[in-house]
Amino acid sequence: MLIQLARGKVYDPTHGVDGEVRDIYIRDGRIVSAPEPGAPVDQIYNLDGKIVMAGAIDLHTHIGGGKVNIARAMLPEDHRDKRHPRTALTRSGSGHAAPSTWSTGYRYVEMGYTACFEPAIVPVNARQAHLEMGDTPIVDHGGYAMLGNDDFLLRLIQEGRDQRLINDYVAWILHATQCIGIKVVNPGGISAFKFNQRSLDLDEPHAHYGVTPRQVVQALARAVYELGVPHPLHVHASNLGVPGNVETTLATIASAEGLPLHLTHVQFHSYGTEGDRKFSSAAGRIAEAVNAHPNVTVDVGQIMFGQTVTCSGDTMAQHRNSGHAHPKKWMAMDIECEAGCGVVPFRYRDKNFVNALQWAIGLEIFLLVKDPWRVFLTTDHPNGAPFTSYPHLIRLLMDRSFRRDMLATLHPDAVAMSAVGAIEREYSLYEIAIMTRAAPARILGLSDRGHLGPGAAADIVVYTEHPDRERMFAAPDYVFKDGALVAQGGRIVQVTRGRVHMVRPAFDRGIEKELESYFDRYQTLGMERFKIGDEEIRELSGEPVVHPCAGRASA
Amino acid sequence: MSSTGVLDPVACPFCGLLCDDLRIAVDEDRLTVAAHGCPISVGAFAGLPPQEAAPRIAGRAASLEEAAVAAAHLLKGARQPLFAGLGTDVAGMRRVLELADRCGAVLDHMNAESLLRNVRTLQEAGLMSTSLSEVKNRADLVLIVGGDVASRYPRFFERVVWNEDALFRPEGAWPEVVYLGEAADPSPGTSPDGRPPWVVPCPRGKLIEVIGALRCLVAGRPLDAREAGGVPMEKLEALADRLRRARYGVAVWSATDLDFPHAELTVQSLCDLVKELNRETRFCGLPLAGSDADFTANEVHVWQTGVALRSSLAAGYPEYDPYHYAAARLLARGEADALVWISSLSDRPPPETDVPTVVLGGAGLLPPREPEVFIPVGRPGVDHAAHLFRADKAVVMRLGPLRASVLPSVAQALSAILDAYCA
Ligand code: SF4
Repeated sequence: MLIQLARGKVYDPTHGVDGEVRDIYIRDGRIVSAPEPGAPVDQIYNLDGKIVMAGAIDLHTHIGGGKVNIARAMLPEDHRDKRHPRTALTRSGSGHAAPSTWSTGYRYVEMGYTACFEPAIVPVNARQAHLEMGDTPIVDHGGYAMLGNDDFLLRLIQEGRDQRLINDYVAWILHATQCIGIKVVNPGGISAFKFNQRSLDLDEPHAHYGVTPRQVVQALARAVYELGVPHPLHVHASNLGVPGNVETTLATIASAEGLPLHLTHVQFHSYGTEGDRKFSSAAGRIAEAVNAHPNVTVDVGQIMFGQTVTCSGDTMAQHRNSGHAHPKKWMAMDIECEAGCGVVPFRYRDKNFVNALQWAIGLEIFLLVKDPWRVFLTTDHPNGAPFTSYPHLIRLLMDRSFRRDMLATLHPDAVAMSAVGAIEREYSLYEIAIMTRAAPARILGLSDRGHLGPGAAADIVVYTEHPDRERMFAAPDYVFKDGALVAQGGRIVQVTRGRVHMVRPAFDRGIEKELESYFDRYQTLGMERFKIGDEEIRELSGEPVVHPCAGRASA
Repeated sequence: MSSTGVLDPVACPFCGLLCDDLRIAVDEDRLTVAAHGCPISVGAFAGLPPQEAAPRIAGRAASLEEAAVAAAHLLKGARQPLFAGLGTDVAGMRRVLELADRCGAVLDHMNAESLLRNVRTLQEAGLMSTSLSEVKNRADLVLIVGGDVASRYPRFFERVVWNEDALFRPEGAWPEVVYLGEAADPSPGTSPDGRPPWVVPCPRGKLIEVIGALRCLVAGRPLDAREAGGVPMEKLEALADRLRRARYGVAVWSATDLDFPHAELTVQSLCDLVKELNRETRFCGLPLAGSDADFTANEVHVWQTGVALRSSLAAGYPEYDPYHYAAARLLARGEADALVWISSLSDRPPPETDVPTVVLGGAGLLPPREPEVFIPVGRPGVDHAAHLFRADKAVVMRLGPLRASVLPSVAQALSAILDAYCA
């Protein structure tokens, strides 16, 4: 069956297409070249004047795994207030900040998102993450395995073992957990918290291993680079949320020594200590550093005002912030000498100085980082805000007068301390297409997603242009997933199952000898049982798609 | 799958510990624990129900398809179906929710009462918790609260507390064990070098007083009392001091043992004590559960609906109400007119009721009366591969199969019912 999307205004930054009127053809779920003139077309969509983009990709959204499920169970109020009735086609669900899996998939797709990546998979909990994502319909998914607080790695570093061994271990984890990338959260700090350390700066030694966060970042960044994993090491830096943490963040950028690094929810890591309240925006310095380091990419983790829930692997930070829990309840968990998780509900208030400044800091980063290929649109769902606020965020980026109107409603001292009101920049549709489609696909190594060239998967979104960009991006006219029309006018019309994206870099299986005895001695499950098999991933989560890794010689 | 021989290592589905080091001798259908068993697993493997059973409709043998059609018919005619028991694995629970969403059912697990003691604590205050391997490698103090833990989780001490190998404990430095509450047999708490546990007895119903006093003492708040819950103040002070000095303490409880009115408040108070201790040191809670896959059912329920068990899908969307949607209450008040009872991990029978009933259970399950439809199903992790959540919720384990089986899984039986329901 050949489908023609006729005469849409196409934004396809991968191919440099900026609003040209073009036809796009779909056959068997893929985008194909224009057929010979006169060839029969089975179905035509007339898209005169409509905007066409690839399906959007969220590279950092907490949608699966233990912590998200704890957040759901913890907040019946979040689910009582937001109910999603079943339809003939869709399953029922509930939740705003921590929606049920079915609801998560539907809401993402209704907004034109066709792939989502869970950024914090505790390796031993990877099955649960894949199970939850497997019940998140339509969207493709995948995850980053968290390392850097696991005893096994910290000891390899402590003992000064060869980088090749570290690479083997990292590769083994990617295979065993069926993940697409590696994340480090508060390098060494989650482990340090288990030894009752309450903070750990980049060059501070861990109380037990003597290893510093800098060593952890360097070992992992190098492993990811040398294994040829397309996605750079995904870094949740030390000192999240601490005033003055800009110094740590800048030092973390420098610590990569030119290796690719992705800094996540960088808004939470861009704080200075100026002013009466000893809390200020350091977004300008962060943006400058990003502009000066082509090896660095960031996603923002924008906050929005209202109720949400923070879910993080960073138990050290979550415990520190637990006093701000709203409503007053929170949890934290130590997990298997490997990682941890913490869940703290939170309400961001526009009349609160700190929250208002956080909002402004996020926007400053978006607007001051020059290259849209290196800054990604996230709210760190649900930490900064639920993902459903993306259309609003897009409007803030595209419409400076709207941005100023919003700014005027905030805590005046925060407004006075922020540069955001003075920034003229407005994102173009082309730039939005870069930061939400082309760039995330490129940085994840998804060569057939995020663009509209022949051979790409037919994940395509069609919008009616509207000056209110929030309205425009909230409910696209059509969303195609692998060529199937799945949403129309912001409603689900067909439910499919997404695929699971992963990488499997080559490595020396010899490491399993050491791992097996480690599991036998210290863990409470065997090594073989830890690994997730292919048949299993199919049953739990969806068809695996393995992306190539081109191993590199030592940096 | 060979019909005779030895399987090693095998993961055991019969309590929330999911020990994965068992050796099982296989002789055709018969499975015997050859090593690393415990009273529960040895009995459970030896007593596996027969596999030959056929589905029944009103007592008469039928095919799976016929039984599925009869079950679907029964559900279609019901105004308020109730899905209870819910002793099933992840795949089974996924199908339970699909069918329940279609027919607007109420959902309740057979262990919901104890499950909710922990869930409600999470919803009221939260907790700081830990997982089995953390305890194994880190704990220097293990505080057992309520009962003895070992009668429900027999290998807890062997696998989690008394380890020769521990990453962060000096060799030979065994953790200290304290029992607080009513421990009929505290002997598993005796360390390998013969040191007996410290037993602080108190009636379970009085635990909340003791824990409240400990909270005051740990926080350094004045407490004008000579005893709490029958425990003299000197002993409480010594205990508070010991808790505070732990480098990594762990409070362990089985909510099933805390079986008295408003026990969730005791759990909550305990969790608050743990949080208080974390101002100075590290301390965590470890609620043990997971029997009859209660955690498994709840986790799948939570991610698919957004809320914990007990819930209703009758309005077309999930509604959570741990009081209103209790199966026993609905049946007693005649508010349910069809019951689907699922018990595949043990042969727990459905409650006595006249409500038309579909049973999906082990072939050895003896219902109080012949149900309208009975579909014998295999044991998860024994007769078919299964995913189950471990007691600490950190780990989802893949188990089995251990023998060839003719019995369908709960997921397969429910798929057949779903097909018939939608036909
Ligand atoms: S302790 Fe539990 S999991 Fe371990 S063998 Fe006994 S019944 Fe099975």
